[in-house]
Amino acid sequence: MTRFASTFAKSQTALVAFITAGDGDTAANLDALVAGGADVIELGMPFTDPMADGPAIQAANLRSLAKGTTTADIFAMATAFRQRHPDVPLVLMGYANPMTIRGADWFAAKCAKAGVDGVICVDIPSEEDAELGPSLRAAGVDLIRLATPTTDPARLPAVLTGAGGFLYYVSVAGITGLQQAAQASIEEAVTRLKAATDLPVAVGFGVRTPEQAAQIARVADGVVVGSAFIDIIAEHGDAAAPHVEAFTRTLADAIHGAKEIAA
Amino acid sequence: MTNLTNSLRTQPDERGHFGPFGGRYVAETLMPLILDLEREYRAAQADPAFKAEFDDLLKNYVGRPSPLWFARRLTEHLGGAKIYLKREDLNHTGAHKINNCIGQILLARRMGKQKIIAETGAGQHGVATATVAALFGLPCTIFMGAVDVARQQPNVFRMKLLGAEVVAVESGAKTLKDAMNEALRHWVANVHDTFYIIGTVAGPHPYPELVRDFQSVIGDEAKAQILEAEGRLPDMLIAPVGGGSNAIGLFHPFLDDAEVEIVGVEAAGEGLDKKHAASLAGGRPGILHGNKTYLLQDEDGQITEAHSISAGLDYPGIGPEHSWLHDIGRVRYEPVTDDEALASFQKLTKLEGIIPALESAHAIAAAERIAPTLGKDRIIIVNCSGRGDKDIFTVADALGVRL
Repeated sequence: MTRFASTFAKSQTALVAFITAGDGDTAANLDALVAGGADVIELGMPFTDPMADGPAIQAANLRSLAKGTTTADIFAMATAFRQRHPDVPLVLMGYANPMTIRGADWFAAKCAKAGVDGVICVDIPSEEDAELGPSLRAAGVDLIRLATPTTDPARLPAVLTGAGGFLYYVSVAGITGLQQAAQASIEEAVTRLKAATDLPVAVGFGVRTPEQAAQIARVADGVVVGSAFIDIIAEHGDAAAPHVEAFTRTLADAIHGAKEIAA
Repeated sequence: MTNLTNSLRTQPDERGHFGPFGGRYVAETLMPLILDLEREYRAAQADPAFKAEFDDLLKNYVGRPSPLWFARRLTEHLGGAKIYLKREDLNHTGAHKINNCIGQILLARRMGKQKIIAETGAGQHGVATATVAALFGLPCTIFMGAVDVARQQPNVFRMKLLGAEVVAVESGAKTLKDAMNEALRHWVANVHDTFYIIGTVAGPHPYPELVRDFQSVIGDEAKAQILEAEGRLPDMLIAPVGGGSNAIGLFHPFLDDAEVEIVGVEAAGEGLDKKHAASLAGGRPGILHGNKTYLLQDEDGQITEAHSISAGLDYPGIGPEHSWLHDIGRVRYEPVTDDEALASFQKLTKLEGIIPALESAHAIAAAERIAPTLGKDRIIIVNCSGRGDKDIFTVADALGVRL
């Protein structure tokens, strides 16, 4: 059973936590996420031009790059994480150019070697799958696809073809960390997506509080939180880990208990 | 003459690829919209009423056809090939940019979009977009890097006079590429009612194709004009290339005329070993802003800052069709530095009474280099893509003159 499968096989909803690699003390923050109860880790690969990200994650990308974070550094962080946490699924999330610049096969092999379970590439839609998807799948790394409010039923099968790990539902047509989607629209979308795929469905974009997360957790298999963690790291810098862990715990408690309350 | 199977004018393929370049590298949120745009563009291409309205606006609003001017004094000064200037600087708003904006706003209206957005570097595309938005009474938001806002105040004021909102982009390096990032972010959040008028032959398919098609009026006219003036095709075309919309507009109708040599001019800034904006000479293929093309970047694929004295060429990428034409060798791309462009800016002004845009001055500089090596019976067409009034402050500053 893959790490994704065993994580999402649990009866409780998963907390999927995002931080940007190289922003603050990444190793300490990753450990804090796991200690606080995060179930899946998304490690952001910084890029100079993060077109789908809001102000918080844009700033995190720039802070990381200003410190000189390289792709080699990110794989070193991933490798070390896998040694410390053998069972926690790890996803690399980022943009196409840093992932493909040395060739998709190179990137896929590095992911596999580092123990990365899945990859989310913001700007490779299913139409351009050949750029990265075949290499990842051949290396046994899941390509996690995004579905959005604009993904209509006619497109959905194409989005799902070749998708693995889980399906990431971007709940707002917009950028990360800003507006929040209406709960009713999320429920409708998750129901529709789950009817079309056996993949677990995680919901993200604009989720910042335990209350929001708990609401979404009643219907989704996973809840993704990113910008709220980035804000904590921006505020506390290299000493953010205890704050990250405390916030993770409040989110995890809210998310993990959501389905029991609903039932 | 033109064998379709061997034609260089049939790109891109149905997936928007020019050889290995181009494509649709966008977030899933935008994918349905650019598929819609492509469908609507195909419908517009098949609709004679669309072409009729486009042609009418180009003629009566933009002032086309733009003249093809024989630059007699420049030709005599250089002592070689005859140089003709395609006078895009005489268009309404002072550059070729308006051709594309007219076409795209007609598409926006067909699609029922009520709001217009655009990115701009120096402000020329922003002014052209604000102009057509005013003409059709649509609200318009222009994204412009904060650094560019500070150094291009006259154009910022023009856009505001035209009724546009100008958003100063504070992210990244606060120049053109960051303005494009921010326009894409705004678009993702407003896809239901907003049309993004991209200013050059870059971005996701179908933008590079449709911008090229709207700009091809430049080459179509030039071909007819040179046949009338000289009774034959030119020996060479020269145009400046940033994103490359004026260049592809001139080049495309001539791509299958093998006897016509084609030269694109990249901005070499302070020199190719220093800060520059020459994506082909100094970059590698990569993915940015929705397409695969040559980019200035480091070994990890992080985009590096471009530099050119010409704000319109100050971009770390280039349109994907240019990348393809470069790789197959149909077009030769040459670098021209800031200093060379500055010298040609002044030379053309003094010899022909035409103040060219700094972008166009790059092409003039290449013509100065090449024309003396060719016989007097040879013919070169240079694209004078815009007028230089917008650049007088930059030029004065570079020459140490206080205005």
